[in-house]
Amino acid sequence: MSGHSTYEPKTGFERWLDVRLPIVRFGMDTAINFPTPKNLNYWWTFGAILAVMLVFQIVTGIVLAMHYVPHVDYAFASVERIMRDVNYGWLIRYMHANGASMFLLAVYIHMFRNLYYGSYKAPREVLWILGCVIYLLMMATAFMGYVLPWGQMSFHGAVVITNLIGALPVVGDSITTWLWGGFAVDDPTLNRFFSLHFLLPFMIAGVVALHIWALHVPGNNNPTGVNVKSKEDTVPFHPYYTVKDGFAIGVFLLLFGSFVFWNPNILGHADNYIPANPLVTPAHIVPEWYFLPFYAILRAVPNKLGGVLAMFGAIGVLFVLPWLDTSKVRSMRYRPTAKLYFFIFVVACLVLGYCGGKLPDDPVIPGVTSFSLLGSDLNSFVWLSRVAALYYFAYFLVITPLLGLTETPLPVPESISAPVLSHPATAPAGAVASPEKRG
Amino acid sequence: MLRKGLILAALGLALVAGSAQAATHPEEPKDVHWSFEGPFGKFDKEQLQRGYKVYREVCSACHSMNLVYFRNLGQPGGPFYDPKYPNPNDNPYVKSLAKDIQVADIDSETGDAIHRPATSADHFPAPFPNEPAARASNGGALPPDLSVLAKAREGGPAYVYSILSGYHEPPAGLTVPPGKYYNPYFPGDLSSFWSGPHDKVPPGGFISMPPPLTNGKVTFDDGKPSTIQQEADDVAAFLAWAAEPKMEERKRFGLGAMIYLLIFTGLLYASYRRIWRNVAH
Repeated sequence: MSGHSTYEPKTGFERWLDVRLPIVRFGMDTAINFPTPKNLNYWWTFGAILAVMLVFQIVTGIVLAMHYVPHVDYAFASVERIMRDVNYGWLIRYMHANGASMFLLAVYIHMFRNLYYGSYKAPREVLWILGCVIYLLMMATAFMGYVLPWGQMSFHGAVVITNLIGALPVVGDSITTWLWGGFAVDDPTLNRFFSLHFLLPFMIAGVVALHIWALHVPGNNNPTGVNVKSKEDTVPFHPYYTVKDGFAIGVFLLLFGSFVFWNPNILGHADNYIPANPLVTPAHIVPEWYFLPFYAILRAVPNKLGGVLAMFGAIGVLFVLPWLDTSKVRSMRYRPTAKLYFFIFVVACLVLGYCGGKLPDDPVIPGVTSFSLLGSDLNSFVWLSRVAALYYFAYFLVITPLLGLTETPLPVPESISAPVLSHPATAPAGAVASPEKRG
Repeated sequence: MLRKGLILAALGLALVAGSAQAATHPEEPKDVHWSFEGPFGKFDKEQLQRGYKVYREVCSACHSMNLVYFRNLGQPGGPFYDPKYPNPNDNPYVKSLAKDIQVADIDSETGDAIHRPATSADHFPAPFPNEPAARASNGGALPPDLSVLAKAREGGPAYVYSILSGYHEPPAGLTVPPGKYYNPYFPGDLSSFWSGPHDKVPPGGFISMPPPLTNGKVTFDDGKPSTIQQEADDVAAFLAWAAEPKMEERKRFGLGAMIYLLIFTGLLYASYRRIWRNVAH
């Protein structure tokens, strides 16, 4: 798909440059002429949304770093100074803080889309693995960024998460001390987190470049999961997808803006506006919403090391997914049984997220006591997260491998154009009620 | 198989019902309506002025507000903003409010510790020189800094209002330790101080702050009757402003940005429909 370049230099300068540094050719081939399946739906716009969010985060982050002071005595006040005294500082900081949430929201939708349409399957395994690397880097970046305002949740969240490493046998304590730069979360920890929080986004940008490279070798997957067969199946990326992605970005920015302007603190935790105090532990330490499913998995396992391994395993299993899936059919559009299990998986992830924000021993159904199992009442969030976590792992390790061998998929269309043309809503172009009149 | 297990688990939960082991939670903050709610909400300037008076005459005796400067009072959106003085440091009202307060400094000639009248560039002075001094004067409890308190509590200004106006006599059967006060809106666990039935532990907790407001404690310059509710309402609004002094700027800017985005997105949608009109997809 990407092999043949259709770019022809038109001016003398372009011809001169093309034999020396074919950068115009590269740009034309990757962003303008790139043949893209014409049936991509809105779930495919999240790639472009993510690219925009990464740029937003880096630009706002660099401005914040100009004003932020990475010191335990000044960090909290310096963030408030940005909010109060720096011109439009409130805008930059709220965009950065809510931008992290929006970035992770978009990445989760991007990943669920990937699972549903089987985009991780051959020949896109490397593309998928690079995406998982980006996700890991994003999680590390988001975690360290949350520590920087040095509020109560920042500090105690950092204590909880870094202490997890201490669960590793033999080397755990030494690694924790090394991470902290001392014997507790303190000024050296804050300094190195700031430094790494500045570095990692540029590493993300680097892996994103590889991710796009790996995308452009096999080209986009599409909702049918069928390979592109002819030129009829594709449209050039520009203007068809620049405009579709542009529209989706606009809608996403409206959502983003409604948080930044009208509810900038709703995704955060009130305790993080209390300056960090190592001597006072908040009643209820919770991470940001995007970590809650993993936090629930961590707490679901009664053993600390087991919990840590389960939590990292929940991400690790994603890396081997292309080899766990035995189905030859990419898109779940033609896999009705897999579709059902997929939607249960989405629900399991949401349930895990919900449990992660609750106290583990609180009852799920208030006022009901059942019986105690493994030290916890069965009617408790810890048991609900155990059930959901079990499904999470079973989905990847049992259901996905078995389904491919046992299910009977629906007939898959011959080509992308085949189902497109037979779709009743989009018969011949002339029959569509002139959309241009509405615009 | 898994689904069957889930159904069985759900059934098990539904059938085996028993008495609840209630963990105590504080009362939900009272439902208060603020002028600054919603995308178009603005601070009520007169309310902020009354709230500042409550803070100055009552709260500031024990609570610091280290992040708030006198100049903030004269900023757009602030209690004493006057469009005649775009630079809040020049605002004569703010200057005179500051002048009445003494702040610690050093004499620039001799280096001696002195007190001088505050200027609009000073932040609100703290009532105690350090944390141990604050604790020593307050029975071991530390009065929290109020600068961003309205953002630092679940419920925000409604929580502040509920605490200040929510003190009442402890229910019979609750032993209140000396130096503590019962407040149903304050988080805590009262089980060990409760002699009544096990499942009827009163909500709330013990707070170290004695009820700070009384009817008529502050005389409002605009003649508003100074009930406890009015004082609590006004000072909670003042703290909401202090925690988020750029809120009005944010909403004004946000409205323009959102309208722009909406039009831009609409144009993109129209272009999308036009560009794709001849492609079956």
